[in-house]
Amino acid sequence: MSNLQHLLSSADLDRDSAIALLDIAEEMSGVNSRDIKKLPTLRGKTVVNLFFEDSTRTRISFELAEKRLSADVINFSAKGSSVSKGESLKDTAQTLEAMGADAVVIRHGASGAANVLAHSGWINGAIINAGDGTHEHPTQALLDAFTVRRRTHGSASVGKGLDGLKIAIVGDVLHSRVARSNLLLLNTLGAEVHLVAPPTLVPADSGDWQAKIHFNFDDALASVRPDAVMMLRVQAERMNASYFPSEREYSRIWGMNAERLAALKPNALLMHPGPMNRGLEVTAVAADSPNSTVLEQVANGVSVRMAVLYQLLSGERTSIDG
Amino acid sequence: MSARTVLNSGDLERAITRIAHEIVESNHGTKNLILLGIPTRGVLLAERIANVIQRHYPEFDSASMVGRLDITMYRDDLGKNPVREITPTEIPAAGLDGAVVVLVDDVLYSGRTIRAALDALNDLGRPSVVRLAVLVDRGHRELPIRADFVGKNLPTSRDERINVQLSENDGETSVVIES
Repeated sequence: MSNLQHLLSSADLDRDSAIALLDIAEEMSGVNSRDIKKLPTLRGKTVVNLFFEDSTRTRISFELAEKRLSADVINFSAKGSSVSKGESLKDTAQTLEAMGADAVVIRHGASGAANVLAHSGWINGAIINAGDGTHEHPTQALLDAFTVRRRTHGSASVGKGLDGLKIAIVGDVLHSRVARSNLLLLNTLGAEVHLVAPPTLVPADSGDWQAKIHFNFDDALASVRPDAVMMLRVQAERMNASYFPSEREYSRIWGMNAERLAALKPNALLMHPGPMNRGLEVTAVAADSPNSTVLEQVANGVSVRMAVLYQLLSGERTSIDG
Repeated sequence: MSARTVLNSGDLERAITRIAHEIVESNHGTKNLILLGIPTRGVLLAERIANVIQRHYPEFDSASMVGRLDITMYRDDLGKNPVREITPTEIPAAGLDGAVVVLVDDVLYSGRTIRAALDALNDLGRPSVVRLAVLVDRGHRELPIRADFVGKNLPTSRDERINVQLSENDGETSVVIES
């Protein structure tokens, strides 16, 4: 665990290190419920939030996590920076390195951008992937796992995985880095993963994924009886072809509405990574129901990101992999 | 390597009993008293001390007045060691504001752990008084910190190791000097 240098993919975590991170997050969430929400742990460390893509909750969540651990935070968004003058990722990274960044949290539209940054030798700090294209978003998967674990095991969560839980991931799997990261992490933690999506929104290589794929939402809900349903956002900005005939049809066939909510197990969780397209993949009734964990996910995101930052930045950095 | 037992289980129990009485004596009773153990063995010692207090002063509820304070995230040497494990911090539900907090640890050495504990307390509330109880004070302080309640003063050299064993954690109960 201690040799974790970067967090680029959910695949970087084995079962023990994933559970250890969730356990640290439990302690961090204790800090987040205190009057003084501050720890001196990362004093003197500089963390750069390098955001080439728009983001509200992920960036704010990381920023809050960094500040609560007393790190110095620099926010960098591509808009309004030299990137809009054509500066390359390499030059941007080297600039940050020259300024002494201990960690870089990167969100980028290109799949693999975080990986390039980690292994290019341009920068020595820890790299945390906050979403790269349609590839991965590991801290989202961690906060989802944390949310499920907390709702399932309550105060007895520490040390536990998600063994035996059935989790359905529904919607735009093709474009979803959240789905990919969750698929890996949920399997690592012992959950049974079901993907539910229209055939046009399932990747071509999904045959060797460790998940059962369903093409009918209602049949899937009836046969699987999931403990949690994760609705994915329909990523209109990444859709350069027509993947479904109309939004109305998508909403009717693949959306979480009052009827489908009523068909779930009584305590089943309704999750969404946000931002929600209300009326498209989730109706307002479902989104605001007691089953919905959307706001818990946001709160837990801060705790989980504090845990990741603690794990990557608090110890001595042993080696630099180029 | 030689090992010498300086406190056996009976000695240790008597030391804990004496510390318990000293704590109550200096506080003129058990009012507002909260014991916070510093993991790992400080927590066990705090529980043992609380049990003794409760035996003599039944109005003291050891279950609700004992907590644990993990100081890992307040250490001053985090960047010089591999990542440390964090254990839970549990503060009695009544909170620390206005309480008489007694920090409990097994060995007092450089004083840096206690410095970190004081910083942690600062973020958790405002006790009216903070005191320190340790089973062994081995000297070699690096900070101006001293214990209010000491089980045994053990002059040591820096090369020696003090090994506190408690039956809850280690099977047997003793304090051993290894050199």
